[in-house]
Amino acid sequence: MQYPIVVKNLSKNYSNKAAVKNINFKINQNEILGLLGPNGCGKTTTIAMMLGLLKPTNGLVLIDGEDIEKKRIQLLHKMNFISPYIELPKKLTVKENLIVYGKLYGVKKVLLRIDYLSEKLRLTEFLNKKTGELSSGQKNRVSLAKALINDPKILFLDEPTASLDPETGDFVRTFIEKLSKEREMSILLASHNMDEVKRLCKNVLMMKDGLLIDRGTPNDLIKKHGKINLEEVFLKLNRTSNEF
Amino acid sequence: MSFNRIYGLFLRHFFLIKSSLPRILDLIYWPTIQIILWGFISLFFSTYSNYYNNTLGVILTCAILYDFLFRSSISFNMLFLEEIWSRNFTNLFIAPMRISEIIISLVVTALIRTLIGLVPAILITSPLFGISILNLGIPLFFLFLSLYIFGITLGLFVSSGLLRYGPAFENIAWSSLFLLAPLGCIYYPIEILPDMLQTMAKALPLVYIFEEARSILVNQYVDYSNIKDAFILNIFYLFIGILLFYYSFRQARKKGSLINIGE
Repeated sequence: MQYPIVVKNLSKNYSNKAAVKNINFKINQNEILGLLGPNGCGKTTTIAMMLGLLKPTNGLVLIDGEDIEKKRIQLLHKMNFISPYIELPKKLTVKENLIVYGKLYGVKKVLLRIDYLSEKLRLTEFLNKKTGELSSGQKNRVSLAKALINDPKILFLDEPTASLDPETGDFVRTFIEKLSKEREMSILLASHNMDEVKRLCKNVLMMKDGLLIDRGTPNDLIKKHGKINLEEVFLKLNRTSNEF
Repeated sequence: MSFNRIYGLFLRHFFLIKSSLPRILDLIYWPTIQIILWGFISLFFSTYSNYYNNTLGVILTCAILYDFLFRSSISFNMLFLEEIWSRNFTNLFIAPMRISEIIISLVVTALIRTLIGLVPAILITSPLFGISILNLGIPLFFLFLSLYIFGITLGLFVSSGLLRYGPAFENIAWSSLFLLAPLGCIYYPIEILPDMLQTMAKALPLVYIFEEARSILVNQYVDYSNIKDAFILNIFYLFIGILLFYYSFRQARKKGSLINIGE
């Protein structure tokens, strides 16, 4: 069986500092895999290598069996990404931004796609408003629409609910949950919200200092470490680490 | 009034300046370039006061041509900077866009931006000063084309720096063209420069372009060899500019500057 995402012996060194150290994992179709770790542990570097934004020092990222380093442009058509640290141009309206990205991803019936996403993500009422004038919850939904404009097979979510109010956060989580099931999408979710990870992810990777230090289902990890929740596991692993 | 607060705000800017070599150079650079440029212009007019029988026409035409070059280069850089300022840079580079597609779209958009800015300026020179740049005739098209190619080539050089070094390279984007202004011999013939600078100036297409514009306006003579020389140099620099852009993209992927360039 071919996994949509395979990460093999992936490493990244900056000058003399190792940011990611020989990590391995796979993501199945229809799976949301959680990637947990403290700030600066290498999560963003890992995602950047998977997106072809960063050249690995060693190792491979295979998307549908093909190396991202060799077929970057073709494979990027199948993927998309959302992060609170990246924004869409503020002076463009929501619709204009989505049209631009629809064109960049070669979406055929872009206006129909925008209508569909607007309805699903409740964007209709501010579709013609400038993106910079939106609330952070609205911006987040617009970024999610941009990330889905090309109906990706693979989605990278970097803290998708950071700084959202509970209602919007819950809306986004429910949406991601449905999306994964309905579209058979493979999702890598990097988050600091442990409840979110427990709710959405079948499996979780724990990362520290560029290493994968543990992995398993949220419940297995909680049991294994004798803790009451994932947050306790996270704290324990980040105070004492053993290479996985 | 609090001296501490005033001093605190002063320190905020002082720390920024002292930690950035590009910012220090930027402070020194502008007055130096202005003095060199206007020094040569003054020298020319005091030495050859009767050179032009149509001073206003020549100066204004050259100013419009230079502005076209300036706008085309800045437009190219601006399109790139807009992505950095709006923190959209990463979105752009995770979209399935080839580098060639990025370059072509910037070239076309920069041309439209430049024309939007320049056409009104050309139109008002006639009623205001009785001068029309169109007096240059058909060669005007080649001069504009040549200037545009050089403008986007400079844009490619600067954007390559932005790709590789991020927003710290922004000041260079604004000042790149002014560095070339004294050497470009926009308002005076190349002979006014010292010998060493003449040699450097001859390696730039600008000298041939502005020499040609003055030749047409002053002597009513079209010298296509100037246009040819400008094109040969332009193609050479454009080729280097494209290679540099590709190289910078590869380096940015290695060093990780595509990830956090907008942050």
